[in-house]
Amino acid sequence: MSARMFLTMAAGLLWGSSVLAQPAGMPAQAARQHWSFAAPLGHFDLAAVQRGYAVFAGSCASCHSLSQLHFSDFAGMGLQTPEVVALAATWQVPDGLDAEGRLKHRAARPDDALPSPYSGPEAALLANQGVVPPDLSRILKVYPGGADRLYALLCGYGPQSERQKGRGFFNPYAIGHFTAMPPPLHGNEVKYADGTVPDVQAEARDVTTFLAWVSAPHQDQRRRLGVGVGLYLCFLAVLFAILNRRIWSDVRK
Amino acid sequence: MAGKPFCQNGQDTEQAAQSGLGARAMAYGRLPLPADLNWLWVVGAVLCAVLALMVLTGLSLTLAYTPDATLAFGSVEGIERRLPAGWLLRAMHMTGASFFMLALYIHLLRGLYYRSYQPPRMGVWISGCVLLVMAMVTAFAGYVLPWGQMSYWGADVAGKAVGALPLIGGWLEGVFLGGDTPGTPTLHRMFALHFGLAFLIMAMVVGHITAVHARGSSSPSGRPITQTGALPFHPYFTVRDMLATVLVALGFVAVLCFWPDIIVESANYRPANPLHTPADIEPEWYFLPFYGMMQAVPFKLGGLLLSGGAVAVLFAVPWLDRAAGSLRPVPTMVKAGALFLLVVSAVATACAGLHHMQGGWLLVARLGMVGYYAYFVLYLPLCSRWQQGKTA
Repeated sequence: MSARMFLTMAAGLLWGSSVLAQPAGMPAQAARQHWSFAAPLGHFDLAAVQRGYAVFAGSCASCHSLSQLHFSDFAGMGLQTPEVVALAATWQVPDGLDAEGRLKHRAARPDDALPSPYSGPEAALLANQGVVPPDLSRILKVYPGGADRLYALLCGYGPQSERQKGRGFFNPYAIGHFTAMPPPLHGNEVKYADGTVPDVQAEARDVTTFLAWVSAPHQDQRRRLGVGVGLYLCFLAVLFAILNRRIWSDVRK
Repeated sequence: MAGKPFCQNGQDTEQAAQSGLGARAMAYGRLPLPADLNWLWVVGAVLCAVLALMVLTGLSLTLAYTPDATLAFGSVEGIERRLPAGWLLRAMHMTGASFFMLALYIHLLRGLYYRSYQPPRMGVWISGCVLLVMAMVTAFAGYVLPWGQMSYWGADVAGKAVGALPLIGGWLEGVFLGGDTPGTPTLHRMFALHFGLAFLIMAMVVGHITAVHARGSSSPSGRPITQTGALPFHPYFTVRDMLATVLVALGFVAVLCFWPDIIVESANYRPANPLHTPADIEPEWYFLPFYGMMQAVPFKLGGLLLSGGAVAVLFAVPWLDRAAGSLRPVPTMVKAGALFLLVVSAVATACAGLHHMQGGWLLVARLGMVGYYAYFVLYLPLCSRWQQGKTA
């Protein structure tokens, strides 16, 4: 109990000092973007989701995991089975120990889960100055501010962003205006097959779309089902309303 | 057979019941109901429909769920991501829980407003209250199963609340959690409780409906069925129930498919982490009034007793308002106003439960609690005296 109180006090002091240091410690309000998947009847732009996967694999996957995903799940972003197999084969997954006790690796298969970039949380802590990069499986479900803020955060670093000791990198969209994540995108991380210019904004937009899809992979099906079932139920409701009227028509009110 | 209204006495019903299941169904179809029943009397049928959906989806989900602290979160993710139509099954089960509790509260308020708890239907009321408690326990146990952050810390808070009981508290907390902190034993307990209670609820619902059939339905006017006129259950009320069920299903689909965020607690998509206490631990919306009451009292036992008492007082309603018949009916404005105040109090306490209990919100929670209890311990007895013709 006392430890928790101490932590609370320490957190309060830290928060107080950060408030004193800056006019506002709250994350800046992210500008509203147009997302194809945002409206109740929206749908994912699967081309953007696939480009976003390339950005994820090229830039994010070196630190962040997608631990709840299996490679077979990528069929949902519009890939055929051979493409999923080929995509899985570009990843290496741990495959037990060899005769001398060393960790073996093999090319991944569609029914493998995506491997974590670190062997464990301790390795993640050591590699990132004491901060574990969060798992991104449900990031847009749990991240306050949603897609707009994630996009703004990815594009929100200064031109020559440098790590400040004990605070991380300045970014107006992070809590307390500092984040431990180094600027992940610089442009030209990937080469888009469809000729889109891979600047920071385009990459950020695509990877945000990809992560939104990862966080809710069945959202399009869910909405399509809703339209169909909704129309059917409306029709059924009209029929029952007519039947109800007819049956009750001989009852004196 | 859109026949004319006719009345059926109980003896024929009994005779028909003796000759097989089909005849029993026929007898149920002929059950005479008061002709003045309004649309609030369809909620029971909606509840039956949602319960059936919950049991069917729940049984399917059971096949892919693993009640183990290290595997539960991953198995639920597997259901959502990889089980064929798993996302749909889970979404229906989650939406169904909220719709079931909402319909249950409306059903309860209808009973309160139209005094459905009066003799000879006290048994119906009491069995309904038991059902409410069973549904709440089942809902809580179910919320622990996905083993997200809110599941874990909800179990933690509930365990500590139980532990605050005098004498048996510590022992009960141990039985509930199966250890010092929530873990695999807790999940096993919650899974067994959630699964078992579902079938007990179904049995209790059969009892509840049988009691209604034996004692006859209450009605908006509260007058005996001989004065209101009677209509057979089928087709007059079956068609109305079907229409209501379809309309509720429309709302259900709208929430499930287009606005799932209304009912989904996004914090529960983070896996349970015993080392990281969330800034705000909040239960599902249907527990918020009771959660608010629990927090509005500075000492744990008091909060526990007051929030538990808020449910327990429902059992006492038939004895708080004992005026049989109504010599002097309470004006509709007063009745509606009192019920409105009750709902506003519960909502205010719920809103306070969402926030940190200090300053204004503490006051709101306490006022809400006073308003809630005032309905039961002040308004109902006064109402009873007024109806018996004695001015209070």
